[in-house]
Amino acid sequence: MSQTFTLDGKTIPFADGQTIIQAAADAGVFIPHLCYHPEFKPHGSCKLCTVKVNGRHTASCTMRAAAGMVVESDTEEINAERRALTQMLFVEGNHFCPSCEKSGNCQLQATAYHLGMMSPHYDHFFPNRAVDASHPEVLLDFNRCILCSLCVRASRDVDGKNVFALSGRGIQTHLIVNAKSGQLGDTDFTLADKAAHVCPVGVILKKRQGFAVPIGERKYDQAPISETVGEGQ
Amino acid sequence: MTAPTKKLKVATTSLAGCFGCHMSFLDIDERLFTLLEHIEFDRSPLTDIKTTSPDCDIGLIEGGLCNAENVHVLREFRAHCKILIAVGACAINGGLPAQRNHLPLTTILEEVYHTSPGLANGMIPNDPELPLPLDKVHPIHEVVKVDYFMPGCPPSADTIWKVLTDLLAGREPSLQHGLIHYD
Repeated sequence: MSQTFTLDGKTIPFADGQTIIQAAADAGVFIPHLCYHPEFKPHGSCKLCTVKVNGRHTASCTMRAAAGMVVESDTEEINAERRALTQMLFVEGNHFCPSCEKSGNCQLQATAYHLGMMSPHYDHFFPNRAVDASHPEVLLDFNRCILCSLCVRASRDVDGKNVFALSGRGIQTHLIVNAKSGQLGDTDFTLADKAAHVCPVGVILKKRQGFAVPIGERKYDQAPISETVGEGQ
Repeated sequence: MTAPTKKLKVATTSLAGCFGCHMSFLDIDERLFTLLEHIEFDRSPLTDIKTTSPDCDIGLIEGGLCNAENVHVLREFRAHCKILIAVGACAINGGLPAQRNHLPLTTILEEVYHTSPGLANGMIPNDPELPLPLDKVHPIHEVVKVDYFMPGCPPSADTIWKVLTDLLAGREPSLQHGLIHYD
């Protein structure tokens, strides 16, 4: 690891093939992200991890580190862009934290706290989205889906099942379940699947464990997400 | 915090809210006495004054907009308060009342007054005194400019205290980890 680049003025070593976000995490530096997970191939879609490399915007989860790069991440300009993206995610779905079992363990919420998001800023869409309670062990609440595709990647690449997919284009993009009925209960999905445990928000939830840990005592209540660097979620 | 020569006028109201944010405000407990050295309450459920003075310094709005009266009160607050603060989830994103937004209003009124079990010959109220419900529940920033936001359901007493004392000291309010909560 003799090669280095600079991130906000700090020297970061990296190994051949490492992306900027991987090298930063190894060095203990947090870059906000939602669709990136250290155990999966990057998707590069949420754009929260956008940094400036030599003055140009790029996703740090897909950009390979190169010697001598000058990377900016924790700047007022980039954080304002990240905050705007986060606000758009909040208004496009139905993110009603007070009634969500994922509250306090939610990466979207914790990232919004980290970015100092005090309001949604934009007009809410209030979309009409379904809930799928057909599976005996797992509830799907599509109201909270941010299209990160982590469940798609986990089911395809780890579980070998292809239970989930993203369908449609642009603002019509949505998560679908691979069954004729479209219901999770009609797939071979189980709670033991990796895909059951990667959702960064409150879409894929284990049934019958609601509020086992009280609000206020959950993961990101204990420490801000910036202190969980490298953990994935 | 040094005492200002003139006390700041603070008005508060609950629109489509549950008064939980006001209860949380009261949870500042004995700090209320310190606060009262620096502010006086104008229109508020605490004073039972029904209209805002035109020279209020700070307006605290709990709740979102679910009917025409909510919009009227909000606009009056905006016109009469130098600083307007959205307090709590409902003011900021519609909150619990906005959970009706994916249902047509007629369906809701039908169910509440006509088709629910145990109702006999129910009638949808149409007294002209009653404010008309809005088609959808809206957060307040969709209607007026809002200067500051205190998220939470409700925001904790410490969050409310921090924002108010920052403002009284002439600082931009800033909430560190633990004081920003959406739940």
